[in-house]
Formats: sequence, structure tokens, C-alpha cells
Amino acid sequence: MNSILIIVFAPLLASIIAGLGGRWMGHTAAKVLTTAALFLACGLSWPIFLSFIAGTGEASVTPVLTWVQSGNMTFDWALRVDTLTAVMLVVITSVSALVHLYSWGYMEEDPDQSRFFAYLSLFTFAMLMLVTADNLVQMFFGWEGVGLASYLLIGFWYKKPSANAAAIKAFVVNRVGDLGFMLGIFGTFLVFQTTSIPEILEMAPAMQGSTITFMGARWDTMTILCLLLFVGAMGKSAQLGLHTWLPDAMEGPTPVSALIHAATMVTAGVFMVCRLSPMFETSPTALAVVTIVGAATCLFAATIGTTQWDIKRVIAYSTCSQLGYMFFAAGVGAYGAAMFHLFTHAFFKALLFLGAGAVIHAMHHEQDMRYYGGLRKRIPITFAAMLIGTLAITGLGIYDLHVGFAGFWSKDAILEVSYAAGGHGTGAFWVGAFAALLTSFYSWRLMFLTFWGKPRWIESEHIQHSVHKTPEEAGADTTGGYHPHESPWTMLVPLGVLSLGALFAGQVFSGSFLDSASFWNGAIAYNEHLMHAMHEVPKWVKYSALVAMLVGLFFAWLAYIRRTDLPRQVAQQLGPIYDFVYNKWYFDELYNLLFVKPAFWLGRVLWKKGDEGTIDRFGPNGVAWVVERGSVLAKSVQSGYLTSYALIMLLGLVAVITWVLF
Amino acid sequence: MGGFPILSVMLAVPLVAAIMCLFLEARQARMVALLATLIDLMLGVVLWANFDIGGAQWQFTERANLFAGFEYALGIDGIALMLIMLSVFLMPICIGASWEAITKRVGEYMAAFLLMEVLMIGVFAAQDLFLFYIFFEAGLIPMYLIIGIWGGQNRIYAAYKFFLYTLLGSVLMLIAMLWMVNEAGTTSIPVLMEYDFAPQAQTWLWLAFFASFAVKMPMWPVHTWLPDAHVQAPTAGSVILAGVLLKLGGYGFIRFSLPMFPDASAEFGWLVWGLSMAAVVLTSLIALVQADMKKLIAYSSVAHMAIVTLGLFAFNVQGLEGAMMVMLGHGLVSGALFLCVGVIYDRLHTREIARYGGLSINMPAYAVLFMLFTMAAVGLPGTSNFVGEFLSLAGVYQANSWVAFVATTGIILGAAYMLYLYRRICFGEQKNADAAALPDLSLREYLLLGPIAAAVLWMGVYPESFLAPMRADIELLDTRLAAAAPEGDAQLVMGEGAPEEEEHTQGEAH
Repeated sequence: MNSILIIVFAPLLASIIAGLGGRWMGHTAAKVLTTAALFLACGLSWPIFLSFIAGTGEASVTPVLTWVQSGNMTFDWALRVDTLTAVMLVVITSVSALVHLYSWGYMEEDPDQSRFFAYLSLFTFAMLMLVTADNLVQMFFGWEGVGLASYLLIGFWYKKPSANAAAIKAFVVNRVGDLGFMLGIFGTFLVFQTTSIPEILEMAPAMQGSTITFMGARWDTMTILCLLLFVGAMGKSAQLGLHTWLPDAMEGPTPVSALIHAATMVTAGVFMVCRLSPMFETSPTALAVVTIVGAATCLFAATIGTTQWDIKRVIAYSTCSQLGYMFFAAGVGAYGAAMFHLFTHAFFKALLFLGAGAVIHAMHHEQDMRYYGGLRKRIPITFAAMLIGTLAITGLGIYDLHVGFAGFWSKDAILEVSYAAGGHGTGAFWVGAFAALLTSFYSWRLMFLTFWGKPRWIESEHIQHSVHKTPEEAGADTTGGYHPHESPWTMLVPLGVLSLGALFAGQVFSGSFLDSASFWNGAIAYNEHLMHAMHEVPKWVKYSALVAMLVGLFFAWLAYIRRTDLPRQVAQQLGPIYDFVYNKWYFDELYNLLFVKPAFWLGRVLWKKGDEGTIDRFGPNGVAWVVERGSVLAKSVQSGYLTSYALIMLLGLVAVITWVLF
Repeated sequence: MGGFPILSVMLAVPLVAAIMCLFLEARQARMVALLATLIDLMLGVVLWANFDIGGAQWQFTERANLFAGFEYALGIDGIALMLIMLSVFLMPICIGASWEAITKRVGEYMAAFLLMEVLMIGVFAAQDLFLFYIFFEAGLIPMYLIIGIWGGQNRIYAAYKFFLYTLLGSVLMLIAMLWMVNEAGTTSIPVLMEYDFAPQAQTWLWLAFFASFAVKMPMWPVHTWLPDAHVQAPTAGSVILAGVLLKLGGYGFIRFSLPMFPDASAEFGWLVWGLSMAAVVLTSLIALVQADMKKLIAYSSVAHMAIVTLGLFAFNVQGLEGAMMVMLGHGLVSGALFLCVGVIYDRLHTREIARYGGLSINMPAYAVLFMLFTMAAVGLPGTSNFVGEFLSLAGVYQANSWVAFVATTGIILGAAYMLYLYRRICFGEQKNADAAALPDLSLREYLLLGPIAAAVLWMGVYPESFLAPMRADIELLDTRLAAAAPEGDAQLVMGEGAPEEEEHTQGEAH
């Protein structure tokens, strides 16, 4: 059972060798090494996952090394494998291995390839440490480790100022979440005197109803602990309020977006909530917050997705929105459904991103969809893959026939279970159904703009540079003589494999994820009752996702194929509302105004007016001034003139006499 | 170890070497200094290897009566051992860092550094109150000279400021010490650590010691000497200043203020908390706007040291151990950061951040190591600083959640200013032609930074090596503080538990 050691540490080893030795061993060796390590890890992960599917897998903990022992606070390096971990293992290693392979083609001309592959493997290691954690602190290690890898990869093209800014933003915004996570760990330790996850989960129910003071206010203990931890999850999973870093993270190379900012890292928050689900179950308030934040993000990100022009940003907001689905599923108590959506989403979203990468690759690094068009016939394999991905994310499937793409199974399950849960779930259902409509709209909008219509790419500066022509010179030929080319096989194979996932992952695994308590085997809080109720919801609920998808598709078709002038008219009609959505609800501007600018301003004031203007002025410089003045005064008194000495003597005498007599 | 007076030998080796250096020419002085510091490092390793974890509290004790009750008494516990290890580890690196950068008065310079090493080991090993005082205060002199003679443009101002601040506190401490000896009738630190002073007296004694330690730490608002001292000091001076001298304040708190005046420490906890919280937030914000690399790191040191004081005054094991780990980790990391600054300063002779940029292109190895130390400074798990910061903050949380919240915001601000610094130096286009032409690390520089990098990772992944020797001492201190420790603000009140669940083990309330 020690294949887990190889799964986790092979990527680390490969990363270190490729990263530090890349320049001596050459790009090819570094690429072979890291990719081989990942395929090895992937090959070892699937048997573990399948053994849990078959019901033969057993949860285990492999100790590695002592970490910290401080009083009664102890935590060790250890690798925990149970159903939940096994799900994450296959997601991480599969997508990572495919992304490694894909990057052979995508990064082919980059002079720093070995560094890129080292970062990718480092990320995989950190992510694996996160999901195999047996205590909260190791989870935090993985949490920060993926943050580091994300920072390095977003800023991979470090000469670009925008990439550097995005990298710092991602790290710092995540740190805001980490503040919550850390306080959550401290609070958990304070209450339970342990950081071991199984021990905490076991003791959590007994703590229900207890109260505690946090920052001067009385709280329900479990509520405040869960909320603090959830702040961490919000940061990592880019939920409303702490989401601003994710769209900017698209500055990184596209394979990174697929691996980190779609399939794996951003789902860490969902994973955390599921891992700690017995703990969240003890606080209805915390679960309500999770539901509301998830539903709000789901809707808000989807609205922005409908207005963006950058192909990667559309998919980024889509990711943000899909994460919202996962959270509100967890919030209503359907952790299996949340994990199921995480699982299927990993395949089809990685597929969409890698497909977008193939498009960008074909279009000479142009990312603006306004300059695409008519690519269907030029890059047919990429088109087919993207089509499968789009059908998966929009959730095409027919309930009564039991057929559907991966996203259909998981998204439908989430909507049904929310409806079945009632309470906040009902609201989440309506929000989710409407977001499904928007999802369908922006996804098909992306497809229509990219693959249908007439070529528009002569307007693109990237293409103009490539063909050395201006639009005027090109005249009627809107391609400008530029011919998009299909990607190499290293990029197409991952698209093919992920397409299989997007087609079948839902159909094959839905039974295990949704309806099998024995599959989960205690790894999450499994609500048997709720999962039964899910199947009993009215027929119209079961078809709501399909209807939403078709309506969204119709509007996208209307606006971007049938009447292409419609979007501009609608945007003009909506005016400020459109601007508000197009400018991403002005979150960046708001945060800039509220936090970034004041921080720098305060720093300058504290430095110039505080440290130098007050402390130094009245402190050391003040003392020096007093001493200097004092000595000048003393010097002037000792003038050497007899008359002035006599005068002082006289005055002194008068003073003494006065004092003695009266 | 038998009767081998290893601590005295560790003091004697650099002392003899220091005297030799005064009479040697540059080349020989460098060699002698390096040799002496390496011998001390080896002796330190022997010391560590022979330290009996779980054995007597004070080990390697030496005692000789001098005059008038004044004793030459040495001995270490685990806490002192770790700080001595930090000192002897950083010293050869300092000598190496000065190898080419210092060209005038090399003999005297090396002598000053070696004397510094004597005094630092002495401070941590002294078991006699006055012996401690002498070592503690004498440390000022070589540092004053290092800044004042081998420093930058504005070195005289910085040296005076440094001297003025640190002297102010020490006078008060001396008076307090005289009173204590008179009261308790002994100068032995181990005895005094168990002596119970009257609460009223404790208040004044605590304040007198605080004046000295707060300046050394340095705590806000008596920190303004540090940025100037760092900016003006030569690279090695900054390394030793940040690496070891800043730890004297923390050591003072843990050796004197806490065990000798536990009641007063509890009474003034709010003062330490308040100043430390202010330091974390204010100096981090100031670090954000610095244009001078050394000043930025100096301000970040103030913020990190505030985590130490918070941990110490949390009055629990995690807080104390965390504070010690932050001291050790920060000693390594800030030392390494100043070395990183020194590496490029030696090449371009400017500390102005804007004059660099894009160094990842022409100095890739440097960029990797600098990134490692940046991440360690940010407190990334897996590096030394995380263990310390995590434990101290966990300790603080148990004492007061408000304080913990404010202090933990430091992880956000810390990430902001460090990554912003790194971006401006290593990332971006090579906009300055001279910076773009800088060569990558030399073998000597690899040898300076490599060992620190290894230590930083070691301490982050397997801190047990460092925690184990201190464990018994911290527990002893924790027991001593237990009576005075203020109640935490959490006030957990148990509820009835989950209704439909069967009986569960009752979670411990603390």
C-alpha cells in the first residue's frame, strides 16, 4: 500500500531535479523526467480509486516523518488515503499528466521549458500533499504550496508586468483567505486540543451548542470555527469577494489555467469543506453561509462570463461559477454531489481550457474572441473537443433515457438535491437553474464566436504582426492570408483523453458518487435520507437543467449567429447595467480604492510623519538637539568676563539670601 | 564531555584570533578569522551533539570565583544552546561575506567581528548576572565600530543613533540588577530565575529590564535605530545584527523578564501586546513603501520580532516555543536576505530597488535562492519561519483572539511587501543596462547562501531537531508562568452536544 509514497514524492523528486538541473540536463530530459513521473503517479492512482469503486479499498494512513511537537500540539507528515483522497488522486494525477504532455507542444518554443515543467510537478506534489493530509496543518502546507506554485506559474513569463502583478495579486488575495484558515486552525486547536482531522471530526458533534468568545463576541463554537475555515476555502476557490485573483491568473500559460485554475487547485476549497463535512454538519448557520456564498458566486460569475471577450477569461469566470455550484451543493449537505461535480468538472473544464489553448496556439496568441470566427473547418479536431466540452459543461442529457454528458449528471444532481433539501436549498435551486441558463449562453457564445461565422482575425494585432499586413492591405480577405493550423499530437492526445472523460465520467461513476454510502465509507458526511429525496423531486425539476440549457443555447444562437447586431443593441439598451457587468461589478476598482491605495498611503505617512517626523524628531534627534543647545548655553555662560561672573555671583547671593530669610 | 571547558574554549578561540588579527595584514587576517570561526562552529556541533536532551537543566557548567562575589560562571540550557548554534553558524558566513567587500583596515575589521562572536557566545552562556551584563553591553562596542568605520555614507549618524538608543535602556537595567543582587543576595542567574520577588518590586524591575530589551528587540516605537543601522552597516554587519543581535532582546525576555518577574510580566502583557500589534501592522505598511532594499528588510525585521514578543507573552508552550523558532528562523532568513542584498550591492553599489530589475535573466541561480529566502520570510510552510510563526500565533490565539487576528494580518502584509520587493528586483524587463550585465553567483557566494538554504528547509521540514533540546526548558518556564498566566478570552462553554448522536467523548475544554 505504499504506492502512495511514490504517487506523492515522484513528482517532487522530478521537480527538484528538473528545476535545479534543467540547465545541465537539457529541456528534453527535464520534460521526459517530469512527464514520466506524472504518468507513473497517475498509473498508480487509478488502481487505488478503482479499488474504492469496487468496494475493496480500505482507508489508510502512511506515516512519513515527525513534523512538530510543541506541548500538546503535535502534527506529523503523513499520507492519508480514503475514498475522498482517492477521488482527488485520480483527478489531480490524470489532469496533471495530460497537462504535462500537452505542454510539450504548447511550450515547445519557450526557452524556459524545464523551469515550467518543474513548476508543474511541484504544484502536483503540493496538491497531493493537500489532499492526503491527515491533519489541518499539513493541509495548510499543501494549501500554501499550491499557492506558491500558482504564483510561480502565473508569473511564469516574468518579463510581462501584467503577469507579475497577477501573480502577486493571486498570492496576496489567497493570503487573506489564509488568515481565516489559520485562525480556524488555531481555534480548532483551542477547542479540541488537536489538529488531527479524524479526531476533530469525531469530537465535533459533542461540541454542538457550545459557545466561545472570538474577537469580543460570543459565538456558537462550531459556527465560528467552520466560518473561519470557510474563509480560507473562499480564497482558494475564488468565491465572491475573494475571487478577484482568478480572472487575472489567466496571465499564466494556458496549460496552467487548465491544471491549476480549473481542475485542481481552485477546487481545494470544496475539498476542504467535504473533508471536514462532519464538522460543518454540526453548524446549520455555517452551512447556510456556504450555500448562500456558493449560490451568489455561481450567479455573479456567470453574469460576468456573458460579457467578456477574452476566451480564457470567459472560461475563468465559468470556473468561478461552477465552483459556486459545488459549494452550494455542499452547503445543502450533498457532499457526494459536490465531489461528483468537482470530478466531472475537472475533466470538461480542463478540456475546455486546453481546447482554448489549442485555439490560442492556432491563432498566434490572440485571445480576443472578436478576432476569431469560422475556425470550425480549419482546426476540426480542436473544434470537436471543444464541442464535447461545451456540451458537457452546459449539461446536455435526457433524464428518462439515462444518457448525458458528464456535466449533465453532476449539475442535474446538484439542482435536484438543492430542491429536495428545501430551505436555503430552494433558493439555491432557482439561482442554480438560472445560472445554468447563463452557463449555456456564455459557453455557446464562446463556441459561436470562435468556430462559426466569418474569419475576423485580420483585425488582430497578433495576426497582423504575423502576416505583416494591415486590415486595409488585406482588403476583402479577412483572414489576411493567415492560416490557423491544427496543434501537434502532444496537444491533441490530451484533448482526446479528456473528451472521453467529458463524455463518460458522469454516466459511469454517478452511481458510486451519488447513491453509494459504502463507496464513501465515512470519508464524508453522507446523508442517506437527502440522497433518496433527491430522486423523488418532481419531473419539472429534473428537466429544469435541460430546459435552461436549451434556452441559453437559443439566445446564444440568436445573438451570435442569427442576428449578430443584437448583442450591441442589447448592451446599449442596458447601458449602465451592461457596464457594471462588463467591468466585473467593479470589484477591482473597489478593492484598489479600499485597500491597495490606502495601504501605500498609510505606509508613506507612517514612515515620513510617524517614524521620521515624530519618533526620530522627538527621540534621538530631539535628545541630540537638547544636548547641543544645552552645551551652547553652558558655553555662553562661561564667557571668561569677570563682570558677568560678578553679576551672576550677585544674583546668586540675592537668591540665596532671599530663600534663607523668607 | 568530562571536565573539558568547552564554553570557555569557544570564547577563547575567537578572542585569541581577534588579538592576532590586529597585528596581521589583510590576507592573513581573513584566513585567521575564517579558521577561528570554523573551529568555533565545529565546537558548537560538538556542544550540540553532547547536549543531553532530558538531562540536567544547566549543562557544561563552569565556575570560577573572581572577586567580591563576582563569578565567572558559564553554562547553557537548550535555549542558550540553540542561540549559540545560530551565532557560530552565522559567523563564518559573515567572514566569508566580508572576504572581498572589505578592503580597508581588514585586520581591525576581523578583530571586531571575532570580538563580537566572543561576546555573543558569552551572553548566551553567562550564568552570572554581571557577567551577562558585561557581555550584553560590550556587544555594543564592536557593532558601533563596524557601523561607524566600515559603514556607508551616513554611518556616523547611524552609529550614534544605535549607541544612544541601546545605552539608554541598559543604564536602567544595571540599576535594576544592582537592586536584585542586593535583595536576593546572589548573582547567579539560575538561582534568580527561581527567586520570587515581591510583586511591587517586580513591576519596577520589569520596567527597567523592558527598557533595555525593548530597544534591543527592537519594539515599536523604539525601533527607528534599526533601519538606519542596517542601511549603513556593511553586509556582514547587517547579517549579524539581524541574525543574532536582535535575538538578545528576546533572549532577555525569556531568561530574565518572564521567569524572574512572572507577575509583572502578566501585568504588563497588554503593553507588550499593544506595542507588538502596532509593530506588525505599522512597520509592515512602512516596509511596503521603501525604495531601499536594506531598509525594507530592516522594517520587516521589526514586524517579525513583534511576533516573537507576542509569542513570549502568550504565556503558553506554543507561544514560547514558537517565539524561539521565529528567533532562530528569522536569524537565518533575514541574515540570508541581507546577504542577498549584499551580493548585488557588491556588484552595483546601490541599495536602490529601482536600479535593479530582471535579474532572473542574468542571475538565475541568485533568483532561485533569493526566492527561497523570500518565501521563507513570508512564512511559507516547509520553511523555518512557518513553524515559528504558526506556533507563536497559535499560542497567542489561546491568550487572546483579537491580538491573534491583528498579528495574523502580518501574513498578508508580509507577502505583499516581500513579493513586491522580489518583483522589482528579479522580475520584469532588464531596464537597467548595468544591472543586466551582472554576473551570477560566484562559488564563494554559493558557499555563503547554500548552507543557510539547507538550514532553512531543515528547520521547516523537521524542526524536531531544534525543538527537542529546548522542550524541557520551555516546559519549566511554562510551569513557572502558569500561576501568573492570564485567562484566555475564549471562555468555552459546553452545550448539550449533538441531539440525535450517540454518546461521544467529551471534547476537552481549555
